[in-house]
Amino acid sequence: MFRSHVLICGGTGCTSSGCDAIISALQQEIDKNDLTREVQVVKTGCFGLCALGPIMIVYPEGSFYSMVKPDDVSEIVSEHLLKGRIVTRLLYDETVTDTGLKSLNETGFYKKQMRIALRNCGVINPECIEEYIGTDGYEALGKVLTEMKPEEVIDIILDSQLRGRGGGGFPTGLKWKLARTIVPDADQKYVCCNADEGDPGAFMDRSILEGDPHVLIEAMAIAGYAVGASEGYVYIRAEYPIAIKRLEVAINQAREFGLLGNNIFDTDFNFDLFIRLGAGAFVCGEETALMTSIEGNRGEPNPRPPFPAEKGLFGKPTVLNNVETYANIPRIILNGADWFKSIGTEKSKGTKVFALGGKINNTGLVEVPMGTTLREVVEEIGGGVPNGKKFKAAQTGGPSGGCIPMEKIDIAIDYDNLLQIGSMMGSGGLIVMDEDNCMVDIAKFFLEFTVEESCGKCVPCRVGTKRLYEILEKITAGTATLKDLEKMEELCHYIKANSLCGLGQTAPNPVLSTLNFFKDEYLAHVNDKTCPSGICKDLLSYEILADKCIGCTLCVKACPAGAISGTVKNPHTIDKAKCVKCDACVQKCKFKAIVRK
Amino acid sequence: MGAVKSTTPFAGTPEQEKSLLETIARLKDQKGSLMPILQEAQNIYGYLPFEVQRTIALNTGIPMEKIFGVVTFYAQFSLVPKGKYQISICMGTACYVRGAGDILDKFKEKLGVDSGGCTDDGKFSLEACRCIGACGLAPVITVNDDVYGKIGVADVDKILAKY
Repeated sequence: MFRSHVLICGGTGCTSSGCDAIISALQQEIDKNDLTREVQVVKTGCFGLCALGPIMIVYPEGSFYSMVKPDDVSEIVSEHLLKGRIVTRLLYDETVTDTGLKSLNETGFYKKQMRIALRNCGVINPECIEEYIGTDGYEALGKVLTEMKPEEVIDIILDSQLRGRGGGGFPTGLKWKLARTIVPDADQKYVCCNADEGDPGAFMDRSILEGDPHVLIEAMAIAGYAVGASEGYVYIRAEYPIAIKRLEVAINQAREFGLLGNNIFDTDFNFDLFIRLGAGAFVCGEETALMTSIEGNRGEPNPRPPFPAEKGLFGKPTVLNNVETYANIPRIILNGADWFKSIGTEKSKGTKVFALGGKINNTGLVEVPMGTTLREVVEEIGGGVPNGKKFKAAQTGGPSGGCIPMEKIDIAIDYDNLLQIGSMMGSGGLIVMDEDNCMVDIAKFFLEFTVEESCGKCVPCRVGTKRLYEILEKITAGTATLKDLEKMEELCHYIKANSLCGLGQTAPNPVLSTLNFFKDEYLAHVNDKTCPSGICKDLLSYEILADKCIGCTLCVKACPAGAISGTVKNPHTIDKAKCVKCDACVQKCKFKAIVRK
Repeated sequence: MGAVKSTTPFAGTPEQEKSLLETIARLKDQKGSLMPILQEAQNIYGYLPFEVQRTIALNTGIPMEKIFGVVTFYAQFSLVPKGKYQISICMGTACYVRGAGDILDKFKEKLGVDSGGCTDDGKFSLEACRCIGACGLAPVITVNDDVYGKIGVADVDKILAKY
């Protein structure tokens, strides 16, 4: 028995901010002070509050240390672990009250969250199967294999109304049912997992894989039993080295424990799991493209039907879900469909994980019941927009989604509400933008991404997105006319209606939604040739305010183009013809005397 | 995804070739083996020049045009060698709204190469990469395995000076 447990986040965010150095420093200090039998250090998955990384929680006190540096470690050991005195200066300030420590679950960031898919992330050591089993892990698989028929499993999932968390929101139970029944005499079926999280700014699936890899293995085995498949493939992004490693470790452990392989739980059910690495193609998030890629081809989508449930991987019936969808399965089996249905809104049950990013204080990973309002997520959980700036929009659904403006901030987040206002749930990226972000520029950013990622198989997407991007370039360069705006909108609808797969069909969404909610910004670019947010360089001009400039000459030295002139202690001026709009002078000026217009 | 023909002469070692042939022998009977083989081949050589693709074609029976098609389809595969230090600028949305575009421009200017290019001395290669998921540190860049988070345009010189 250990008297104290130190949990350190080993997710990608905290690893990038240096948690490994902290763990080794901690281990050294613990050795030095002869505490190895009293204190256990556990490297966990993501706690969610990435903005404060590296994060360390010391139990039993539950003190939440944030932004820990290796230099802080000896103090934590000598004060907290040896003398029992909490190092107050390192505590996350929201957990500190006049009367002592506040539980993490009462802080603004965690209070409104409800963790189902993320329930083990930041709690257990993901590389230790015993810890997963210790939190009811593999109990659902045992129950399914020994007490239930495959049809009963499908019925529970159907009844729970779980919908796919990868973006489309297709009922998971129905998918399973089709894969079980559509080709009754198939000699082989497959279960696949989409872990090729391609949306820029989304990292939900990665965090689940890093923090709780066994939940995926368990859920895929359950799916295998339900649809009658003996093999599964996890298609995972090569850019996620930590997640891949932990999943490999977990698969090997599950095989050792007989939870993968032949005769699982002494039944006649056999199931094994294999990892395939993606190679950097957004389109492989589309189900037919993903399977084509696993087969070793260019990841191009195929027309449906036939749907994967009939003819999927290697031509066999296949069921494909994403990581977060699977992460819900064992809980639904154990707690029942009614429990799951009691959470969420009428047509969207359960919770949704979001990766909060962009202009927001508490960047990180959050899981909230469906129906939570965007305002609660941004203002209460996310802690609002930093630096006193105004919220302008939140972007959901990545390159397939849209922007939600301030006037819609009270929308209850679920599949149907988001679709109705021209965005979509997507896989769960939620990027906040403030008044300094130009919405035309954001639309252009997403289109640039789509043009790059379009596989080229169908013309509406390959050519259409490129033309769309060119019109946006014209707008941000100040050379577009109102006619171009009309043409752009028409082209958007054409691409949506005619593209082969989801990538093309949703590619115009960022343009349409910004055009819908921020038309005035488009018009400012087109009619007035100005960028109200000061982002689009071609439309900017730099000016020095004579009343604020004290003539310190810093900007003159900073200017790479020699565009600024003036003598010491006299106001300077910028030669607009020479100015390259690099912004160097603005950043150097200590008196806010240089403005972008 | 434009294919760029490498101008650097191929200089594979016998050890690399041995390792590649072993990889092919180990993987080729798996279903859908081409992607794993290419991924390991790129780990061995650092990139996938024509010569390596040819070796794979000859030893797996997969037609050369299919291999070339797959290599040029995926962003991860490179037909040109990478620099000694690979600089990746995360262009995920979270980084972009926090100014990653300006940082990429600064690197382009300082190194005199475009995204996807490599400096003439082979020291630095530059790429805009897809979201690495460290959004809490946005904007974030990596140089080989070193991660630099919450950086500004002004930090570019300092970072380059370290290498």
